[in-house]
Amino acid sequence: MNIQDSFHPEQEIAKEAPCLQRSLLEGRSITNILLTGIAWLAAIIASVPLISVLYGLIVKGGHRLSLEVFTELPPAGFEEGGGFGNAIVGTLVTVGFGAVISIPIGFLAAIFLAELEPDGKVAYVARFCAKTLTGLPSILAGVFAYAVVVLATGTYSAPAAGVALALLMLPTVVLTAEGAMRMVPSKMKAAAYGIGCTRSQVIWKIVLPTALPGVLTGVMLAIARAAGETAPLLFTALFSNYWFVENGTAHVMEPIASLSVLIYNFAGMPYENQIELAWTASLVLVMMVLLFNILARVLGRKKV
Amino acid sequence: MNMNFSAASNVNASKNAHSNVVIDCNLDKVFYGDFLAVRDSHVPIQKGQITGFIGPSGCGKSTVLRCLNRMNDLIEGFRFEGNVHFNNQDVYHKTVDPVVVRRYIGMVFQQPNPFAMSIFDNVAFGLRLNRFKGDIAECVENALKKAALWGEVKDKLKASGLSLSGGQQQRLCIARAIATEPAVVLMDEPCSALDPISTRRIEELMIELKEKYTIALVTHNMQQAKRVADKTAFLSVEISEGGRTGYLVELGETSQIFDDPKEELTQQYIRGEFS
Ligand SMILES: Nc1ncnc2c1ncn2[C@@H]1O[C@H](COP(=O)(O)OP(=O)(O)OP(=O)(O)O)[C@@H](O)[C@H]1O
Ligand SMILES: [Mg+2]
Repeated sequence: MNIQDSFHPEQEIAKEAPCLQRSLLEGRSITNILLTGIAWLAAIIASVPLISVLYGLIVKGGHRLSLEVFTELPPAGFEEGGGFGNAIVGTLVTVGFGAVISIPIGFLAAIFLAELEPDGKVAYVARFCAKTLTGLPSILAGVFAYAVVVLATGTYSAPAAGVALALLMLPTVVLTAEGAMRMVPSKMKAAAYGIGCTRSQVIWKIVLPTALPGVLTGVMLAIARAAGETAPLLFTALFSNYWFVENGTAHVMEPIASLSVLIYNFAGMPYENQIELAWTASLVLVMMVLLFNILARVLGRKKV
Repeated sequence: MNMNFSAASNVNASKNAHSNVVIDCNLDKVFYGDFLAVRDSHVPIQKGQITGFIGPSGCGKSTVLRCLNRMNDLIEGFRFEGNVHFNNQDVYHKTVDPVVVRRYIGMVFQQPNPFAMSIFDNVAFGLRLNRFKGDIAECVENALKKAALWGEVKDKLKASGLSLSGGQQQRLCIARAIATEPAVVLMDEPCSALDPISTRRIEELMIELKEKYTIALVTHNMQQAKRVADKTAFLSVEISEGGRTGYLVELGETSQIFDDPKEELTQQYIRGEFS
């Protein structure tokens, strides 16, 4: 564009100035619109299952939701009413045992993987094992705990269920905690060393507090997963029609109830009352899982 | 806290007993793995003075600085030949704890790196680490004032250190480093992220600090070296078959380095003819 040579420079510029208007017919924008549409559609399809499950559960189980189901014991055969209070407690207790076992181990393992020996052979093997364990069929975790704990102690129990659930929670805790610790910028660690921290002070005072939201997210996701497990509990916790704590004593080394096993049992029964309760228990369980997931998100978002 | 350097008495006393050398830095060779990063750089750092390090990018200024408080120990493959003495004690002697060295030789890094905690806690961090018994709030306020940051943050000490702007973060890091009153402060281009006004304030701070502390300052800004440094060390790179190796070209009084450089390379660099 050689303006000096032209007699009408303004016209020339006007002619050659690029058109900045958006043109919907251009190939580029058609592809753009198409891909955006597909992404929207996929996102909607992905949320259909959860929403329809929730809808179904509320329709079928919502009307039985009352204080009674939280405080009563499961009804026998032809009994009317009843609830699953002991199963809610049982789910919390078994998941609690799982958390107590898996969180400390997972946490320390993550420190090792992220900070102490990130490139060592041990770390490589441990990381590989953790990733493989993520895909472990939950029934195998149950069989494992049955062989190791139930046979050894001679009874189904909450700790046995805890071991099975811990096995399923461990990889999630380890891998998310490691990821969160690795996200801590190395310049922040350099600053800590520079001010005179020992390695353990760097880990405890800088890396862990900075990574805490991410670590808690992993813990909550693991808990959410464990709360919904059924198969491992069939081999380890079995079921009970009584409360975990009765007359002031906790029945630790005895079979224990859980929501998922209750659903499994009641759904197959030929009684209207039990089937209704199974629906309501499902609703409660899904709500609990949802709660842990929301908690995971809230904790993960919290930044210092 | 009691510092047990006495065991490490591979003393270089005869040489430096009379002069006021706090850190006697004799780097013969510094390696990262097989890569020779710096060679033959001997820089005595005088007490109560500001020693400036200038030179082209990649010549090893940060490397030299990090050798002084053993920050390089954290880098895989770091090796070095030579010795560094702090108050006549060999910093690299095997009985010396690098953690203790770093409490006496503080550091401000090239990039601002506040901790993910409140502004107050950032500055108080080193004090708490040393189990400081006095009034922490007062020390934090003083450090922030010296770092020319107090006015901007005094109403939001609980806000996260990461919420500050880059330049404010750097001043926070300076406050954090001086809060513990280290004997020597190593500053690696502390002003590279700062505006001219804060830069001036930091320079004034350095001049004020040198009454009590000793400062080693890396800077890309030659005017800054001219303004604040008492001694200036000029490092350059030599491209050899093994890679790029930095070395000390000239060391002297700042006025001499800038007005009457002895070496050809220094002259070229000062005149801006150096790439
Ligand atoms: N951690 C490291 N591992 C390997 N090589 C490194 C490392 N840090 C620095 N080096 C190398 O050492 C040489 C000197 O680096 P250094 O950071 O000391 O330079 P500098 O003078 O501070 O440069 P600048 O002015 O750009 O900050 C460079 O060639 C660099 O590539
Ligand atoms: Mg540098």
